[in-house]
Amino acid sequence: MKVDLYLTCVNDAMFPRTGQATVRLLERLGCEVRFNPCQTCCGQMHMNTGYREDALVLARKFVREYEHAEAVVMPSGSCAAMVRELYPQAAQWAGDDELLRGVQALESRIFELSEFLVDRLGVTDVGAYYPHRVTYHPTCHAARMLHVGDRPLQLLRNVRGMTLLELEGAEECCGFGGTFAVKNADVSAAMLADKTRHIQDTGAEACTAGDNSCLLHIGGGLHRLRSGVRTVHLAEILASTEEEVFA
Amino acid sequence: MSGLHPKAPFPKAAEASVNQPQLRANLRKVTHTIRAKRAAVVAELPYWEQLRQLGAATKDDSLVNLSDRLLELERNVQARGGQVHWARDAAEAREIVARIALAHGERELIKVKSITSDEIELNQALEEHGIHAIETDLAELIVQLSHDTPSHILVPAIHRNRAEIQALFNAELPGEGGLSDNPQDLAAAARRYLRHKFLTTRMAVSGANFAVAETGTVCVVESEGNGRMCLTLPEVLVSIMGIEKVLDTWEDIAVFMETLPRSSTAERMNPYNSFWSGVTEGDGPQEFHLILLDNGRTHVLADEFGRQTLRCIRCSACLNVCPVYERAGGHAYGSVYPGPIGSILTPQLLGMHDKNANSLPFASSLCGACYEVCPVEINIPQVLIYLRNEGNAHKGPNAESLAMGAARVAMSEGWRWEGALRLARLGQGPLVRQGEISWLPGMLAGWTEVRDLPALPREGFREWWKAREGSRTVDANTQAGPPDIVQDAQNRESPPANVQEGGHPPAGQHGQEGEDHA
Repeated sequence: MKVDLYLTCVNDAMFPRTGQATVRLLERLGCEVRFNPCQTCCGQMHMNTGYREDALVLARKFVREYEHAEAVVMPSGSCAAMVRELYPQAAQWAGDDELLRGVQALESRIFELSEFLVDRLGVTDVGAYYPHRVTYHPTCHAARMLHVGDRPLQLLRNVRGMTLLELEGAEECCGFGGTFAVKNADVSAAMLADKTRHIQDTGAEACTAGDNSCLLHIGGGLHRLRSGVRTVHLAEILASTEEEVFA
Repeated sequence: MSGLHPKAPFPKAAEASVNQPQLRANLRKVTHTIRAKRAAVVAELPYWEQLRQLGAATKDDSLVNLSDRLLELERNVQARGGQVHWARDAAEAREIVARIALAHGERELIKVKSITSDEIELNQALEEHGIHAIETDLAELIVQLSHDTPSHILVPAIHRNRAEIQALFNAELPGEGGLSDNPQDLAAAARRYLRHKFLTTRMAVSGANFAVAETGTVCVVESEGNGRMCLTLPEVLVSIMGIEKVLDTWEDIAVFMETLPRSSTAERMNPYNSFWSGVTEGDGPQEFHLILLDNGRTHVLADEFGRQTLRCIRCSACLNVCPVYERAGGHAYGSVYPGPIGSILTPQLLGMHDKNANSLPFASSLCGACYEVCPVEINIPQVLIYLRNEGNAHKGPNAESLAMGAARVAMSEGWRWEGALRLARLGQGPLVRQGEISWLPGMLAGWTEVRDLPALPREGFREWWKAREGSRTVDANTQAGPPDIVQDAQNRESPPANVQEGGHPPAGQHGQEGEDHA
């Protein structure tokens, strides 16, 4: 199957390992991975900060560039949710029928990574090896907008050598929320304090999630606390094998 | 809380409240307890999702037919001996209540818990007329006696603990002084005080949870029974109702009798459900006034997308699950409507013209927990996003809008974005120490107050991909710049976006691409 990797702007700028891991993982599972270098950003930051017109420019660009794709895989629940949930709504707000039709035609081919692995490829054991103690934070948009449910956990439970530790208050937001983290820094920090405390309480070496934007936030807090706990994207765990360690 | 107008922007108000340990502890305990209880009683109903849909559809139907429903309600209330008043705004509603009280020579009245009355700042206005309003809901009484303001729709004194209430009652309730902090003793003291008021006061004011147009019936649901006292014992009853509360038929009310108690107090049914239609000779109040309040609601109604906000039945489930509310508390929202619903209702009621209120739609991480529990399916996260746009539309160009515009320009073409990333990697140098950034200027300072930021990697994904593709395909073009776009143009059926978009990439690049296509 031909798969278009939509890296997302955060990974593009900050987390090349996540992109590399996603490519390796998908290729290992028999996919032909393509990367369109014209890609930039889905527009979520603009949309959620109240700059709809800017976001729509990026939405139209996305739909134009991926309308013929067989499957678009994103290592981010938030960006997949943006395309599937908010593009249609924004198109309606703007009265842009062409964009609406375009998104509706494309919607079923947009996948968050765990959805793609479990639903489209039908695998829950990807042959990964990761000998560490890990806790999993379900990110809000993957959980509540995409309803990925326990797909990431199904994948993680099959990782050999790994100890998966349960996180208290896992479903609670980490306090990132894009520009919320800077606009409402105090409340965001209070939310982050609870999240990092729960993560530390698990005794894990690493916290994983399907979204590097949330992990950027959680990891930034853990690092500031000098907690010694690191963050690692789900893709990097799933791509890791005895031969090649990604994170 | 007095009224709708926040005195400060949300971030500033929240800065104070997140640092109050007692408040944080109270909020955490109460919200987590009620969250778990709600989840348990909702799980009892396998058809819960259908109830949510039905509730939303029922409210939507009422809203699009609102003028007809209200006129029908008016006719039927009048036909049963009630009087109906229309109030365009808070001031008109306050004057109507004061006029009725003064006409009867009343200097004291009892109140059923009503956020609508707080919205119009009724108590303060009545005091100016020399009329004292006594709150009879236990939590509202606590708030009133301490000259405080409610911080939760349903649990107005959520920010108080029993020690504080003990001290308050001992100081303020007539004849008390030796009360322990035992909740039963405290409730009994309030009961002694309120019983006397119920039996001696001749006028009551209430809000309304619903009204049924077909019979002119008004409904109040409650847990304590104080409401029932106020609605049945006095001679004169005045009910203030937001115009969005009207429903068509009794059948319409049924769904909310299931969803409201489970969502709000996590009960299967409210202990007290009072319904009355006009007046009945020899039974209950002999004079009934219904005040239909607009106060910005028609403005909300006029907006096709924002309108869903008016479905709200004030259950407060969204407050109890909200991680922002849990940390900031109700007072930070500066309005009688706190939490996620307040963040969309308050600015809209104020016509999106209040600067402080327009900060409320940003008081959310958009985690979506509120939408998940809303019994009338208000898509609060989407309305928040919608209102962020509406609010920004009222502002002129500013640092943020310029930064966003610049980001959009950089992101509108792959090659520009790639260039921007290269520049950022070069430019970050002075900020990086041991691979981390611990201080950022200006708008981004909020981030580095409590978080570090990893430095941008020296080599991004694109460089890795390029090198990898280069080693796979022997192609002279990949060595020419900018090779990534060239590569892509060859691999794809459709030309890359920057050609279609009619942007302005450097001429050399454009030419290069054209040649490749040829």
